[in-house]
Amino acid sequence: MNGIDLVGPQFAVLIAAGLALVVDAVLPRQRRLIPFVALAGLALSVAWSISWVARDDYQTAFGGTLVLDRYAVFFYFVFAGIAAAVVLASIEWVERAGRGQAEYYALVLASTAGFMFLASSRDLISIFIALELSSIPQYILAGWGKDERSSEAGLKYLLLGAIASAVLLYGMALLYGFTRTTELGGIADAVAAGGDANRSLLILAVALVIAGFGFKMAVVPFQMWVPDVYQGAPTPVAAYLSVGSKGAAFAVVTRLFFEGLGPGVASDDWSMIFAVVAAVSMTFGNVMAIAQTDIKRLLGYSSIAQAGNIMVGLAAISVAGEEFVLGASGVIFFVAAYAFTNLGAFIAVIAISQRIGSDRIADYAGMWKRSPALAGVLALCLVSLTGIPPTAGFWAKLYVFNSAIRADMAWLVIIGVLNSLVSAYYYLGIAKTMFVAQPAEEATFRPPLTLSISLGVAAAGVLALGLIPGPVLSAAHDAAETLALVY
Amino acid sequence: MEGFGVSLAFWILTGVTLVAALGVLASRNLLHAVLFLILLFVGMAGYFVLLSADFLAMAQVIIYVGAIAVLVLFAVLLTPRAGRNNGETRMFLPALLLCGTLLAIILFVITDTNWAVADESPSVTAADLGEALLSRWVLPFELASVLLTVALVGSIMLVRSREEEAEDAV
Repeated sequence: MNGIDLVGPQFAVLIAAGLALVVDAVLPRQRRLIPFVALAGLALSVAWSISWVARDDYQTAFGGTLVLDRYAVFFYFVFAGIAAAVVLASIEWVERAGRGQAEYYALVLASTAGFMFLASSRDLISIFIALELSSIPQYILAGWGKDERSSEAGLKYLLLGAIASAVLLYGMALLYGFTRTTELGGIADAVAAGGDANRSLLILAVALVIAGFGFKMAVVPFQMWVPDVYQGAPTPVAAYLSVGSKGAAFAVVTRLFFEGLGPGVASDDWSMIFAVVAAVSMTFGNVMAIAQTDIKRLLGYSSIAQAGNIMVGLAAISVAGEEFVLGASGVIFFVAAYAFTNLGAFIAVIAISQRIGSDRIADYAGMWKRSPALAGVLALCLVSLTGIPPTAGFWAKLYVFNSAIRADMAWLVIIGVLNSLVSAYYYLGIAKTMFVAQPAEEATFRPPLTLSISLGVAAAGVLALGLIPGPVLSAAHDAAETLALVY
Repeated sequence: MEGFGVSLAFWILTGVTLVAALGVLASRNLLHAVLFLILLFVGMAGYFVLLSADFLAMAQVIIYVGAIAVLVLFAVLLTPRAGRNNGETRMFLPALLLCGTLLAIILFVITDTNWAVADESPSVTAADLGEALLSRWVLPFELASVLLTVALVGSIMLVRSREEEAEDAV
């Protein structure tokens, strides 16, 4: 029982996934219940996580392959929240698609459990299995639409994902060959003991690992799948990919580097790798986003730029001493803020495109007159993505840029701020289209109830993190400190 | 790894594996490429035997030669003949450059690294592996079974035709 208790939050999610399939088989006429089974499982998972916070009895488990610390539990909340929003946002779409309702939710939940395991794995082998558990459902979900576009998205994502996994495994194998252990703590010791002798091997291994995870984070140069997959995949799935997959990749990379490869020999080297990738991703994503006319493609490119922003926090890894955790806590807070913001934006897009049947930005003209709530929330999320107060995005950017300044990377912050200006142009351009331009038709509409709920939660999250960031900031800081405890 | 026999086996295996790998790349006929790939897998299994990883060698033969290669063969046979041409593409030169660079980097790193060499060859039996899988590695092991279930469910969903789906909708 103790073992199950330790993986309780994941276990609840997996049980709900199984239950969804069983309900479908046993009660075929009660299919409407299935999303609520999924939501119940996620609620149980959150309750279990809360119980761990209350018990404050964090520990490693399963021979050190899994660790239950504040860092992991923080991400349990983030991923359960993301999954709940995606389930709520999917109900309408899945019913209309009319196939495999149970399977859809089971896959979403299985992938969520994979994310949670990624956040808590402390061993290369369990990291890899958890990564695959989270990825394979996403390949399938991306192709769920079964039309030409969606199938192309699914296939592209699968093929490139398989290559990324192979690259990642090669990097992990090199790390193992050099350190002779797969456990992150052991790797840290071996790296520290090895000295400068094997620096070239370490850099190659780390570069391959970054490449493998970079695909999931969607940073340049591993971003080529993003616009096509976001555009082709069903919109709820695109929303899920944009926050879940990215968040989980950052969760695991932050743990990997801060625990396994932190203040070791070459940390200046990968600080530099991260900084360059961050700068290029921000610039590429923003410049490409300007020319987009399809809102899903635009959000795709913007998510590349946002991944660059988050990576600024990883570049601050070279800071030693007390402030070592600054970069990590910046990453954690940014992921949470970004999850609320991007989900809000995507859910608004789902609601709007359900009504107007188009993803073209030009068709959003005058949306303010047709649905003030939707236009308002979308505008709020776009403001947050730009990083303007009083929204979550402002504090997130401030926090990671601050950590970069402490790491003596002023040049990176200058690039980041310039990029924020560029991004303001296209983010606020959409807002302008919605508020100023004349609508093609006047008929007003309201989003369905389930979408309204998730939209309300996302908007509340964006505002709450923007107005009173204190509690989450300190939770992120505590979470990051548990990473540094290893030393 | 001592003795003339082992060295001889190593170089023979290396020759076979390299020829097989080049064969995969150079064959115009996709079917031949798959056959070369099988030879490559067998060569890799030979390396595992040389490293005293008997179980891994068996697994390599059963999974890669037995299952994956047959799967690939079926996939090729089900592809229209026109799609089987493995001829030149525009990407030939960039790919060659990229692979060449990668090869150079990896070769440099391999020679530059001070590899830790085990004093004696480890002897791991299948029983040891089983015990490790169900004790220390029980979590990844169980997750792998969840992963397989998910993959099964997903692939069934992807291949079902519209008619089957319509029948299923109550």
